[in-house]
Amino acid sequence: MNTTTPPPPPPRRFYRHRLPVRVMHWINVVCLTILLMSGLSIFNAHPALYWGQGSTFDKPWVAITALQGPNGPVGVTRIAGRQFTTDGVLGHSRVGDAATPSVRAFPSWATIPGPQSLATGRHWHFFFAWLFVINGIAYVLYALFSGHLNRDLLPTRTELRRIGRSIKDHLLFRHPTGEAAKRYNVLQSLTYLVVIFGLLPLVVVAGMAMSPRLDAVFPGWVELLGGRQSARTLHFLAATGLLLFVLVHLFEVLISGAWNQIRSMITGYYQVPADKEPTA
Amino acid sequence: MNDRTRTRAIKSGHPRRAPNRRTALRAALASVGTLSLAGCDRLSSQQGFVDVLKSAQHLSHSAHRLVAGRQAMAQEFTQADVAAHFKANGTLVPADADYHALMRGGFKDWKLEVAGLVENPMAFSLAELRAMPSRTQITRHDCVEGWSTIGKWKGVQLSHVLDRVKPLPNAKYVVFRCADSMDGPSLDGRDSRYYESVDLDDAYHVQTVLAYDLNDQPVPVNNGAPLRVRIERQLGYKHAKYLMKIELVESFAGIRDGQGGYWEDNGYEWYAGI
Repeated sequence: MNTTTPPPPPPRRFYRHRLPVRVMHWINVVCLTILLMSGLSIFNAHPALYWGQGSTFDKPWVAITALQGPNGPVGVTRIAGRQFTTDGVLGHSRVGDAATPSVRAFPSWATIPGPQSLATGRHWHFFFAWLFVINGIAYVLYALFSGHLNRDLLPTRTELRRIGRSIKDHLLFRHPTGEAAKRYNVLQSLTYLVVIFGLLPLVVVAGMAMSPRLDAVFPGWVELLGGRQSARTLHFLAATGLLLFVLVHLFEVLISGAWNQIRSMITGYYQVPADKEPTA
Repeated sequence: MNDRTRTRAIKSGHPRRAPNRRTALRAALASVGTLSLAGCDRLSSQQGFVDVLKSAQHLSHSAHRLVAGRQAMAQEFTQADVAAHFKANGTLVPADADYHALMRGGFKDWKLEVAGLVENPMAFSLAELRAMPSRTQITRHDCVEGWSTIGKWKGVQLSHVLDRVKPLPNAKYVVFRCADSMDGPSLDGRDSRYYESVDLDDAYHVQTVLAYDLNDQPVPVNNGAPLRVRIERQLGYKHAKYLMKIELVESFAGIRDGQGGYWEDNGYEWYAGI
């Protein structure tokens, strides 16, 4: 019987992300961050959401506000008729190092710019919206014509059949090794498809529906989204969905070898984790 | 295994390095986050940078003109869609003494002056405007803050008024001068009365109306009595209230801070179709 264990084989470098994907990924990181945060600045100008064409001012379905309490304003958030105290974060929070908190929906650490400015928030938002849309279109065209979509994003029938196992692996924080680590796993590719062909187009179209001039492209098209105020709600919900995606995405990166993952999105090369030694 | 691969294998596989790396990575990400937030705020206060961001409005304007042509119509609604109360924003009652004098007289002495680069400078009383052909439209008013409200407006199309005064060939913009001072009485006597401007595409647009009625009643003071312009394909701040004078100009660079409107002088985009 052999008592000395052989050294594990060196991890294999695998060229996982091509240059266009890496460049577009990082442009998207910058755009999405700025769009989310400047979007909250814009939202702060009228922190309430409605459904329909016009605003029903006395009954928004979401509102972030401040109530006058015995010791000054208290931040509250109302969602579908239920009220939550969210003081310090939503409704009433400190701007930077200010001595006293101010009444504002989203706190200054979540908005661009930090101090409330609708005009400046709009400038950031609409500049980076262009970059974001151009980058997104370039990505979709690249994915279609380079084979990235077929090769990497669309799951195979076998993968789809084994979705149960993939869900279990995710819940147990088990990550693929060896050959399997070279491909997106099935939950991952389905998530990317939902984000790329669902959430991102929705956030853009709902954003465009809020433009009075674009509403004139074909008068009435905004009704397809339920009206302008519904579009504003959908824009907010789609952005929330994107934020959740980013949080889960970052979590998965952190628990599956953060350095290796980040490096692969910079240099393209990923060290494939070796398969576990078969137990004899 | 040659030495180079061994070094790399050992380095990347070394368990003790991982926490250091992770800590460094976390610290780096945190400082990048903090720095870039502070950076965004610093950039936001630099005029040159803001001008670059603001330049996107020209791209938006051109793209919008391309997909929604010069004559494209804003959506119109039915009586059933009209909001019970048309929300008023900005000035609710002008504080200016001259406006109060006109208001007390039921706007009988009010006249809309139309001047600047025109062949035929004229002034129109409310009765004269009401005697001209009218247009009624139920439209959605979209505030830059994000809310919308639907109202029924009746008035004379700006194009009819322009046809009477005959703009000169070098007229490029229509400037709306209003009665309401925005910044209160200032020590240096600086004029802060509301003003706005649009290009000739919007000025001659079918739905650009000088409105004297809102929801079948004379426009209330809160909403801009006696006359308010409707620029239906742009945000609410373009729809100047308390109109006193219309001026045709070649450029608005010489007016106040040169940005084409009160809110534009305070940082907002001149093109408010988005």
